[in-house]
Amino acid sequence: MQLHVVNKSPFEKSTFESCLLHVKKGSSILFIEDGIFAALNKGKFSEKVKNALENYKIYALEPDVNARGMKNKVMDGIKLIDYSGFVDLAAEHDAVQSWL
Amino acid sequence: MKFGILINEGPYTHQATDSAYQFTKAALEKGHEIFRVFFYHDGVNNATKLTEPPQDDRNIVNLWSALAKEHNLDLVVCVAAALRRGIQEENLAEGFRISGLGQLIESGIQADRMITFGD
Amino acid sequence: MSEEASGVVKKFLYINRKAPYGTVYALESLEVVLIAAAFDQDVSLAFFDDGVYQIAKGMDTKAIGQKNFSPTYKALGDYDINKIYVSKESLDARGLSKDDLMDLKYEDEDDDWAEKDSIHIVNSEELADLMDSQDVILSF
Repeated sequence: MQLHVVNKSPFEKSTFESCLLHVKKGSSILFIEDGIFAALNKGKFSEKVKNALENYKIYALEPDVNARGMKNKVMDGIKLIDYSGFVDLAAEHDAVQSWL
Repeated sequence: MKFGILINEGPYTHQATDSAYQFTKAALEKGHEIFRVFFYHDGVNNATKLTEPPQDDRNIVNLWSALAKEHNLDLVVCVAAALRRGIQEENLAEGFRISGLGQLIESGIQADRMITFGD
Repeated sequence: MSEEASGVVKKFLYINRKAPYGTVYALESLEVVLIAAAFDQDVSLAFFDDGVYQIAKGMDTKAIGQKNFSPTYKALGDYDINKIYVSKESLDARGLSKDDLMDLKYEDEDDDWAEKDSIHIVNSEELADLMDSQDVILSF
């Protein structure tokens, strides 16, 4: 299984939606940089992310969440990790696809 | 585990190189090996010693140079991308070297995991 | 080279999701693929989202002052790069079909050098399977 890394805000680019279309069930998705705006509990994409949580493990990089002042806004079910956790995820998966 | 890192954006405009730096540092702290950090596209702009940010900002180029020194990292700048953007031996920061794209492919072959940071 | 001596053959997938000319990614990604061809690895290319525009027919760049690098894609077959996957959904969404793409072919040495299509139009599930089966994914 692969780790899919999304670094774009879903409000600006269709990257996250393209990722969802091409991710195999059971894969992991990690939001970093502006990608973390997809991980918030309210807003246009929250329903989509909530549904995605049923098929994928979803993570958000806490340093990027906190940097953007979104600390208490992350959706339940999304696991917050630090850079060390990012390294672990990369090591645990077979390959990493960065959705640039 | 051996990681290969690819950085496709320059410093300051995008977070890519900051994220790559934090990832690389965390991987080293956990005892992993970094096979190579390869700089491509505007990523080659991370390698110029002429970089001089304001005092209160991080100096990304120096951060890479210091990390390379401490851990004996192989920081490789793509020659074709570098020449396009005015990066040459004479303005190359410490710890970086200029080489060909083959070094990126070799990194993909030799490293257990390849991770790209870009825009 | 040491990498060839080691005899490792990995599955490399190059993902192209950006249109040409507006940014440099398409051109510099193609430069990587050309170098990759010399390494005897198992190379596939995927074009989806705006990446499908990279292999559109009929480019004329004279007036924008950039080189038209699209003919280079036609040479990929000669470098044994002949597994090119293009997203059906991405083509449909952009009102394009296979006819709007360049004719990318290769000669199959295992089949008396018969000329064959390098381009395979695939759906998102097939692309997901392709991605999931790779050792190294490079996206530009």
